[in-house]
Amino acid sequence: MRYMLILYGDSALDPAPDSPEFGPWMEEFMSLGTRMKGVAGILAGEGLQGVETATCLRTRGGKVETMDGPFAETREQLGGFYLVEAADLDAALKFAAGIPIARTGTVDVRPVMDYG
Amino acid sequence: MTPSDALEQALRADRGRLVAALVARTGDLQRAEDALQEAAASALVHWGRSGVPSHPQGWLLRVALRKAIDGYRRDGRARDHADAILALAEDEAMLAVPPEIPDDRLRLIFICCHPALAAKSRVALTLRLLGGLTTAEIAGVFLDDEPTMGQRLSRAKSKIAAAGIPFKVPDPEDWHDRLAAVLTVIYLIFTQGHALGPASPRDLCGEAIFLARLVNGLLPDQPEIEGCLALLLLPPRPPCRADRPHGRNRAADGAGPQPLGSRDDRGWSGRAGSRPCPPRAGAVPDQGGHRGPARRPRPARLATDRGALRPVA
Repeated sequence: MRYMLILYGDSALDPAPDSPEFGPWMEEFMSLGTRMKGVAGILAGEGLQGVETATCLRTRGGKVETMDGPFAETREQLGGFYLVEAADLDAALKFAAGIPIARTGTVDVRPVMDYG
Repeated sequence: MTPSDALEQALRADRGRLVAALVARTGDLQRAEDALQEAAASALVHWGRSGVPSHPQGWLLRVALRKAIDGYRRDGRARDHADAILALAEDEAMLAVPPEIPDDRLRLIFICCHPALAAKSRVALTLRLLGGLTTAEIAGVFLDDEPTMGQRLSRAKSKIAAAGIPFKVPDPEDWHDRLAAVLTVIYLIFTQGHALGPASPRDLCGEAIFLARLVNGLLPDQPEIEGCLALLLLPPRPPCRADRPHGRNRAADGAGPQPLGSRDDRGWSGRAGSRPCPPRAGAVPDQGGHRGPARRPRPARLATDRGALRPVA
């Protein structure tokens, strides 16, 4: 099954790029899933630029409205995602537990819709 | 014995086992329950006509497997489930000779108590699938109305199917957390039965003891499970506590703690300082002694040892 792992976190809690913690922290992301039982592969995974770069769009009555920034002013923001192929939810949860963001933020594990 | 008596008896004794066997083959709790329900309806018709079969449980499983195949066909999804149907058909053919039902209840308990489900849903699902309580009875336990509980159960079952919660005994590294989740559900069922008292439509304390015995039988020699079972089987406390405001020991200012000296212990069925279950060798570590994780005392075990001791004034 494919699972989308959606990472919510507060970027203020991430180590700064010039800090000594940054290297090992990035290393954790890079080594994710390399030796994980039940996870066949990472299909995609990206980190997103900060919410201050976001633009929201919606169409209402055929008219396009755009807005600067995200809607909700919460501390935890969508910061990135992984798309993994895993045997079952247990395997996907184990993968999620290895993501450094899980220690400071939240990882939402969602099965991907199958349109078969 | 009338067909309906025979059916009731077969389902009371082996409902959990039948559901578990069907989930193992369909991977779908809802389909398993529906198939068993249809098989039960069919049993009333057939057994009334041609008598109760020699192995009612085997008959039910066999017919339920056919109903499950029918269900896939009815949904027009037969092609998507070709593998499941093939496995079902093979099982069905094999069952012709021995009516033995494989025991998949342990996997069923672990799926019902999966931490990805809300705590209330875990209890409700366990009561439904292993205890065989009706939705109305479970709603009564939680003081909910029946449609709300029906929705909760159906949401939990859809989540298990859609999110890919596996029907398996957990891996060794997850073992303790997952077992603790199972024992918590059993203990919650027990305390709920205790809190509801005789008003409860079903003997929930009895259900909890049944489940603890079942897990203990399926996974022998686990101190934590033995501890949980012993905790449920401990003799009732003396009638001197806040939950018995009219007991002989009611404190002068109403319910509350009792000084040891003024307590009437005639209601206590155990001996002073008695231990209904001596601690297992190795269950409690020696001072400074280190034992493997399987032998570390866990909460239920400690609670039992504590509860089994009675302070003496």
